[in-house]
Amino acid sequence: MSYINKPKVAHPSLPVNDLGMTRRQYEGSMSTLCAGCGHDSVTAALVEACWGLSLRPEQVVKLSGIGCSSKTTSYFVSGGHGFNSVHGRMPSIASGANAANRQLTYVGVSGDGDSLSIGIGQLVHAIRRNVNMLYVIENNGVYGLTKGQFSASADIGTTAKKGDVNCSPPIDPVLLALTLGATFVARSFSGDKAQLVPLIQAGMRHNGFALIDVLSPCVTFNDHEGSTKSYTFTREHYHPAIEADFVPKAEEIAVDYSAGESIPVSLHDGSRVILRKLDPTYDPTDRTAAYNYIGTKLKQNEYVTGLVHIDETDSTEFHNLNRTSATPLNRIAFEKLSPGRAALDKLMARYR
Amino acid sequence: MPGLTATANRVNDFVIKFANVNGTGSASANSLVMKAIFRMGVPVTGKNYFPSNIQGLPTWYEIRVTRDAYAARAAQVDIMVAMNAETYSRDIRELGSGGYLIYDSTWPRSSLLQRGDITVIEVPLAKLVNESFDGVRNRILLKNIAYAGVLAALIDIDLTVISALLAESYGKKPKLLDSNTKALRLGYDYVKQHLTSPLPLRVEHMDKTRGHIMMDGNTAAGLGCVYAGATVGAWYPITPSTSLMDAFKGFCERFRVDPKTGERNFAVLQAEDELAAVGMVLGASWNGARAFTPTSGPGISLMNEFVGLAYYAEVPCVIFDVQRVGPSTGMPTRTQQSDILICAYASHGDTRHVLLFPANPEECFYMAVQAFDVAERLQTPVFVLSDLDIGMNDWMCPDLKWDDAYKPDRGKVLSAEELAGLDKFYRYVDRDDDAIPYRTLPGTSPKAAYFTRGSGHNQYGGYTEDSAEYQVVLDRLKRKFSNAPKYLPKPALLGKGNSEVGIVSVGSCDGAIREALDVLGRQKIEVDYLRVKAFPFNSDVESFLKSHATIFVVEQNRDAQLKSLLTLETAVEKSKLFSILSYSGLPMSAEPVVNGIRAKLEEAPRLTAVSRKT
Repeated sequence: MSYINKPKVAHPSLPVNDLGMTRRQYEGSMSTLCAGCGHDSVTAALVEACWGLSLRPEQVVKLSGIGCSSKTTSYFVSGGHGFNSVHGRMPSIASGANAANRQLTYVGVSGDGDSLSIGIGQLVHAIRRNVNMLYVIENNGVYGLTKGQFSASADIGTTAKKGDVNCSPPIDPVLLALTLGATFVARSFSGDKAQLVPLIQAGMRHNGFALIDVLSPCVTFNDHEGSTKSYTFTREHYHPAIEADFVPKAEEIAVDYSAGESIPVSLHDGSRVILRKLDPTYDPTDRTAAYNYIGTKLKQNEYVTGLVHIDETDSTEFHNLNRTSATPLNRIAFEKLSPGRAALDKLMARYR
Repeated sequence: MPGLTATANRVNDFVIKFANVNGTGSASANSLVMKAIFRMGVPVTGKNYFPSNIQGLPTWYEIRVTRDAYAARAAQVDIMVAMNAETYSRDIRELGSGGYLIYDSTWPRSSLLQRGDITVIEVPLAKLVNESFDGVRNRILLKNIAYAGVLAALIDIDLTVISALLAESYGKKPKLLDSNTKALRLGYDYVKQHLTSPLPLRVEHMDKTRGHIMMDGNTAAGLGCVYAGATVGAWYPITPSTSLMDAFKGFCERFRVDPKTGERNFAVLQAEDELAAVGMVLGASWNGARAFTPTSGPGISLMNEFVGLAYYAEVPCVIFDVQRVGPSTGMPTRTQQSDILICAYASHGDTRHVLLFPANPEECFYMAVQAFDVAERLQTPVFVLSDLDIGMNDWMCPDLKWDDAYKPDRGKVLSAEELAGLDKFYRYVDRDDDAIPYRTLPGTSPKAAYFTRGSGHNQYGGYTEDSAEYQVVLDRLKRKFSNAPKYLPKPALLGKGNSEVGIVSVGSCDGAIREALDVLGRQKIEVDYLRVKAFPFNSDVESFLKSHATIFVVEQNRDAQLKSLLTLETAVEKSKLFSILSYSGLPMSAEPVVNGIRAKLEEAPRLTAVSRKT
């Protein structure tokens, strides 16, 4: 961690967004993670993404479970409510919160331990329920706070700092999300802010569950030779297959991509994602093709990154299916919710 | 108590038990009989003894016809409608001396005639039905209505009342109304032609059900949630709480769907398990919706972790525990009050929780509303401890009433305007010196933001590992809990309050105790009865314990959990508390209370229950 807080004074020349706010106003409290932790880069990308989207800070709801990654929620957008719940249970808190108020932007930040071991059931069902939220997994293959045990995303053959070799196969969150029907699935690397920021922005705008698996090396327990989630290994085996540019609704598309290489996808709010295929054989809109491609590359020790799958035609988002009122449930007047005396008196006849 | 001499004329005071096979549609016939008696102005109760199974196993339904309007199970059966050959031997044993057994003599069973002190009534039901109707399923269903007709003739149920009920059920389906009416008459006419009727056990019109309804507690609680303005319900299916969410959903579909747009002012989330269910309740409540989850014992075990978070992070949370028989999976379709301690102290660390104890469906309705008020006022979990007997059985209770002047108590929630007037908002500061802090909802304003966490936090909402800062919050939580009784229902006292002997109890023991008090009263034994309605205990509980020399604690579990809670949370001398326990899984009857108290008083005559001179 850093020991000195940055002063909260912003230089007058700092760029401002549509709300007239600087990036500094989207920061949170000082990180207490280890210096060089990948998670802090994710935090920076979250700050950049929220600033870039000109989100009102109070409209951002930050949710997490327990672990190093789950601390992230206090490091960005201090003007939004945060909920650091219990280990592996953030998805249920997010589901309930989202049910109560469908208008806020829900950002869940979790880790590989929180999401793939203790919380895998809740993650799986939040995907199935298609809760409208961004779910970021800061994936480092290791339990940091308890000093370096393998997590469920650790690769076979990877070594721990003290030399133990992992023999159990990893659970890959991207493949998992694809099999569960997630409509927005991405992978990125904490060190690639240029790729991560538009993914976060597109994920926030996606109407449904958006999962981003971010490889985020643990400098203290998983950054040595023999680790498959170190900075060095990740850089060497990083395979950007698809690049996403997020284009807000108001902006004209300035970049012209040659046919066959770019796929523009309109999001429900009118903004667009432009997907540029770096690998011409890859089709991110085809779930089965995406699954096969990513699985094949994983076998070759290659992490496919980018927005690996998107389906904007889907309408199974929770509130769509529930036909929830447009007014958030937590703002409906009591008089509209409680049927009143006359209705009760009438109802009694059914029970005589 | 009925049944001492079944042969005597016992008008409006006897018990009918139906022995059926589950999945055969007997419930509607049994309910028809019960409702007909109720509509004749005669108080009834209906208790269902069903297996944890879908089809093919024995199931029983018991109707107590009770002119004195007793709510408890009677310990004896006077008329057995034995429709399940598999359980004949057991059913005949259960019948009280002088009772009647009705069975389907299409297949005669001479072995049934072995018991000399009862009357066996033979009706060839299957034969009658098969001669008149086609179709296997149809015949099975209509045989049930035919035995209702038999019973109507035997106990003198007003045929016009039953016919009216059938017309209400099948008014829009004339073919069904015809076949049901015909089946009813088959049974009825057979009795009139071949047997002597009515029996000495019979019903007569009274006027004691006016202004009353027949309802189960889960329906009442679900309705209460609708009236309380709950918008989010999260749950995982578990017997015997499932029908609570079914009721909530059904009432919401009736009252909360915009007829023009089809938009719904509610969300029901069927969670993947109870951990997630209560997590959803926390998320929704934290975000400003009234949210709840119904569950039972095994669900409570799973919810412990989140309940601790809700307690410590001060998130409102309403949990209905419709208790069933434990431990473990236990007997899912039998009743008990065995979750008192786990709910009172749920989760690790120093935690204590508010409990409400409804005694009947009427209280389920009102306490459901109250639970949300208390949870939001105190920003803490509230458990409504119902049980299977209350939740799933049919109780006669006064019409539910609603006061349109009711305003929900949403507790201390700061608005954007209020926040604007504050220098800075701190989540856990005791500004009003009542141990209850202010909270804010997401989306209000940037000034509202705070960080909710189950890890150590100071009164400003910041993370802490500082002992003193931690203790400030923990000590305030303790004060908040101590102040809770003023928001909770007071205990109900029955009796003059100056007897030497007292009873303390909770929930569904109420019917058994009230009936027992009548029996004891006739024997000149005076006992005061205090029914606790909430935990933490009101000071009235402390006074009652202090002012009575001998106190019987009546409850439905093996380990005397209420008694334990009383000894832990009051200053009562343990030696003057005596347990009366009923944990068979059957709804409680008056017998154990009467016998328990009499035995104790005989053993120690000096305790003879005379009034103290005050």
